[in-house]
Amino acid sequence: MKQRLFVSLLLGCTLSLSAGAAWAEVERYVIDTKNAHAFIQFKISHLGFSWLLGRFDRFEGQFSYDPQHPAASKVEVSIETASIDSNHAERDKHLRSADFLDVGKYPKARFVSRSYAEQADGKGVLEGDLTLHGVTRPVTIETRALGHGPDPWGGYRRGFEGTTRLVLKDFGIDYDLGPAAREVELFLSVEGIRQK
Amino acid sequence: MLRSTRQRFGSVAILFHWGIALGVVALYALGLYMDELEYQDPWFNSAMELHKGLGMLLFAAILARWLWRLVDVQPVPLETCSAFEQWSARVMKAVLYLLLVLVPLSGYLISSAEGQPIDVFGWFQVPALISGLPEQGDVAGEVHEFLSNLLIALAAVHALAAIKHHVFDHDDTLRRMTFRPLRFSSRE
Repeated sequence: MKQRLFVSLLLGCTLSLSAGAAWAEVERYVIDTKNAHAFIQFKISHLGFSWLLGRFDRFEGQFSYDPQHPAASKVEVSIETASIDSNHAERDKHLRSADFLDVGKYPKARFVSRSYAEQADGKGVLEGDLTLHGVTRPVTIETRALGHGPDPWGGYRRGFEGTTRLVLKDFGIDYDLGPAAREVELFLSVEGIRQK
Repeated sequence: MLRSTRQRFGSVAILFHWGIALGVVALYALGLYMDELEYQDPWFNSAMELHKGLGMLLFAAILARWLWRLVDVQPVPLETCSAFEQWSARVMKAVLYLLLVLVPLSGYLISSAEGQPIDVFGWFQVPALISGLPEQGDVAGEVHEFLSNLLIALAAVHALAAIKHHVFDHDDTLRRMTFRPLRFSSRE
């Protein structure tokens, strides 16, 4: 995986060098998980009375973005399922167990994009395949381009947010949490650092 | 007599022994029960609260028993017991003492894995002194389960050995851990 990324980066650099300034370049970004400017949060109803919020602490990913042709953008994210954190040790242990994420058997969740459509106001729709709990299904993420530009430290950054809903049973997670808690909402916020 | 003698256990040691034995069996049964409960079960939360609260109190009792042992007299092995019986009883006692500390400690490390204290019936809280170790909750959970099973299995062997001495050998092994008079008068 790392090797493939390296090769594609290398290829990207070579191509952009040979293409010259006349052509718009496909920009490649690595999601800034190192300094935690990216978040994968979830929200699920607790009995229909309130929200339970949590997040995944460890993940990594990259995306490409072509300002001239946003539809050509691609994104790929890999999440360590064991990093689930809802601020409660016993609940998190339960969520990692075979009743839910079964992290021993399925240590990674993965999202790979298929298509992206962006409107002039920055709102967009990102479609792709999510692999969770060993089940791969198409998901649709509603996105918004938040901003981009040079950062104060000599780099260039671009950020998006997105939301989607998952039916847990679709991914083979059918532990009974009550009728109000069959779906989980995801809120994603990612900031990528452009690679030279 | 509060303190033990060379021949028999004193009241404090006897109460510690049977109190801790009762606590271990009750907590083991409660642990097995709560592990099977579904989220919607009325006992889902309270069984866990009870297990954690009683577990911390039992942990305190075990540490107090260690302290008492430091100032108490140690009864000597019965002369009628073979060298193997004396040796195996000593090893068993050491392992049980160790497990009695490791089982509650591993349980404590599950609940304190993310820094939250353990509440003891709203009476007081045990702070999380160790948290955030890699996979702490899951590893501590595996260890807790394994050592609990081991403790119960060894305690059963320990109990069967005591019953064997009482019923077949007709000696004072079991009696001297109770308030009943010894069969054989002591030679001080």
